[in-house]
Amino acid sequence: MSVIYVLLAISIIVAVGFFIVFIIAVKKGQYDDSYTPSVRMLFDDELVKEKSKKQTNTNQID
Amino acid sequence: MKHKSCFHCGLDAESSPILFDNKSFCCNGCKTVYEIFSVNDLSCYYDLQSAPGATPKEIEGKYDFLNNAKICNKLIEFDDDKTQIVSLYIPHIHCSSCIWILENLNKLQPSVSSSTVNFGKKSVRITYNSKTISLKSLVKLLSSIGYEPYISLESFESGKTKIDRSLIYKLGIAGFAFGNVMFLSFPEYFQVDGFWLELYKPVFRWLMFAFSLPVVFYSAQGYFVSAFKGLRSKLLNIDIPIALGIVVLFIRSTAEIVFDLGTGFFDSLTGLIFFLLLGKFFQQKTYAFLSFERDYKSYFPIGITRISPDGQETSVQVYDIKKGDRLLIRNEELIPVDGILIKGNARIDYSFVTGESEAVSKQSGDKLFAGGKQLDGIIEVDVLKSVEQSYLTQLWSNDVFNTSKEDAFTSLTNQISKHFTITLLLIAFIATSFWLFTDSSKALNVFTAVLIIACPCAIALSAPFTFGNLLRILGKKKFYLKNANVIEQLAKINTIIFDKTGTITANKETTISYDGLVLSNNEEALLKNTLRGSNHPLSRALYNVLNKHDIITLDDYQEHLGKGIEAKYQSEHIKVGSAVFVGQTLDTTTLNTAVHVSANKQYKGKFTFYNAYRKGLSNLFNTLKKEYDLVILSGDNAGEKDNLTKLLPTKTKLLFNQKPEDKLEYIKYHQSEGANVLMVGDGLNDAGALAQSNVGIAISENVNVFSPACDAILDALKFNQLYKYIKACKGAIKIIKWSFILSFLYNVVGLYFAVTGQLEPVIAAILMPLSSISIVVFTTIATNYLGQKLE
Repeated sequence: MSVIYVLLAISIIVAVGFFIVFIIAVKKGQYDDSYTPSVRMLFDDELVKEKSKKQTNTNQID
Repeated sequence: MKHKSCFHCGLDAESSPILFDNKSFCCNGCKTVYEIFSVNDLSCYYDLQSAPGATPKEIEGKYDFLNNAKICNKLIEFDDDKTQIVSLYIPHIHCSSCIWILENLNKLQPSVSSSTVNFGKKSVRITYNSKTISLKSLVKLLSSIGYEPYISLESFESGKTKIDRSLIYKLGIAGFAFGNVMFLSFPEYFQVDGFWLELYKPVFRWLMFAFSLPVVFYSAQGYFVSAFKGLRSKLLNIDIPIALGIVVLFIRSTAEIVFDLGTGFFDSLTGLIFFLLLGKFFQQKTYAFLSFERDYKSYFPIGITRISPDGQETSVQVYDIKKGDRLLIRNEELIPVDGILIKGNARIDYSFVTGESEAVSKQSGDKLFAGGKQLDGIIEVDVLKSVEQSYLTQLWSNDVFNTSKEDAFTSLTNQISKHFTITLLLIAFIATSFWLFTDSSKALNVFTAVLIIACPCAIALSAPFTFGNLLRILGKKKFYLKNANVIEQLAKINTIIFDKTGTITANKETTISYDGLVLSNNEEALLKNTLRGSNHPLSRALYNVLNKHDIITLDDYQEHLGKGIEAKYQSEHIKVGSAVFVGQTLDTTTLNTAVHVSANKQYKGKFTFYNAYRKGLSNLFNTLKKEYDLVILSGDNAGEKDNLTKLLPTKTKLLFNQKPEDKLEYIKYHQSEGANVLMVGDGLNDAGALAQSNVGIAISENVNVFSPACDAILDALKFNQLYKYIKACKGAIKIIKWSFILSFLYNVVGLYFAVTGQLEPVIAAILMPLSSISIVVFTTIATNYLGQKLE
């Protein structure tokens, strides 16, 4: 068997793999809301900021 | 801070004495929310966005219907022993702070395990445990932090909605196959090495065949269905030549590889479908947060309190209300059925129904119509008619609400397609018969080649990309269209009909004029201070127009519901309110709303409230009158007639006292005479007219809140831009016509190859994407140019 069949088989398996991932992503609703996740990912930073701010706040009061 | 504004909601806090934590608040409600957040370590809410909040509203008893298990079950999406999931629509969601606080609900209430916001839809999906927190307390919690969910009869009926994702699947599959088939067809196009290629040719070809199968049988499904429907109703729509092209492409390509005649056109086939679906996807711009299909159900409450003869209060579902029932309507609640007022002070706001913002007072024994909102305290009502039979809701039994506007309308693309399909078939038959006589072996080849190359991909793409792009541009300018058809319809309009109240007048703005005795400085100061304490909309409006005075503490202050207010300061005594209340019995027959004032038992005068017309109204009408017939259909009395005749061009027809059905019939009559009517309205009473007209535009001061079913929603601020928007739609039609010419040129080039029998797959593979992409580029640039002119 020629190596080309192996290569073809691999490339198609990879392609179909990505395709299945795409289908699963759509099914889970990843494409239903394309805005909120972009905001949500910034909140982790905000939480850290808040803590440092709190400390400065308490210092001022003291 | 120079200008004092509320730390929580950003409203003016100048006159408010509330200070907490060094921050000023406009009211106690806002302060309480701030307290809740700071205690629970959630003050980060204010860091993301300044003043993001809303003042929590009084909701005592409003959500009692959530005690009713039947109603709750309808609302809850998922219900398992300890886990419940509910999706709530919250109109206030508007910034990143909102997302943050709602997704951190579990810090406030441990029974909530998770909450996810969908910003586009303004909804939050909450997973909670109903053993420890009921749906009612959850809704109360949300309301208490200023995020009051909006629960209407509509959410009760629709229940669990399914999202249609089939277009994304189809597009994904077509794109996936297109990419793979392209790679697989490259070797043969480049003809690299004869021997090597010969060996593996069948494998590549059958692989391409395999990839094209799901594309033809799944992705292209819609085109076959639509073509079949078109043929059955004897309509040559654009999908017929497309479906024909797809079928011919697939059969010929399969035949070619079966009989080892050539590579086939699998790349063109998959590419064609991919581009077509891309166009569809692009055009399918929807505004998730807007609804164009609203009827009375989205305004009406789900449940209402019924008083049984023995005085027991139970919460019942609106559809279960029967004639003769007695209902309890609380402050701020909507009256769902026609009835007779039995007890209490009724001040009914019919603004949902008529667009009229002024509330009307009713006495016991008066008839109340469904759709009004009670503003003052609790009333009791005897039911006259059930929900479906009430005066307002009856309008929806009219046939207009069951016919779809799209069905009756032939789009520009389909008009062209009729001639196109006939010409195409003609060319195919002439070319085939010519080749039958000269070289019969080539005849079939030429026949299929003509159908393949002429497949109107570029034509089919012109409209979706032009309209899709214009929809986006207009959406940014706050003119939200339901779909692309509306653009075409708007371009054809020749008559424009306006509603009066709420449409050409502004709801929130009123002009106030005073006539009577001049008020002394002291009296005015007292008046202003008296009004400060009142939350009545008229008091607020009057308060804002009066000159500034020092804040004084009143010795005595009393608010008489539905009548007026009374206050005392030192020796001064003041009464503000209705004519009767202040002791003025003469002259109460004005058509406009007025607030009367008396000081120290002496009648002073009255403040009359006029509707303020929207900015640029005269200008707009004067530009519109050159091209359109203009009509004003008003449900109000003729009180403003003189004013309007002065403001508007003389040709404008003015009709008053029009009932909802009258408006609908008026439009129907003019349509039968050949008019293409654009109706501009706002309230539920225009719903019939909006549905009957060719294009119905709802004017909305807050696009997130209410607008009746319509084809487009226009932000009230952009009202004076209406003419420019219509002009842009006309421009879009011109762009499409130009791109039709462009795609015909491509077709002529392609047909030359096809008719002469020299169509190679590689030519089709180049020509097809080239024509599609150049059309997309042309329409995008042209519509963006149109959009720039809108500034």
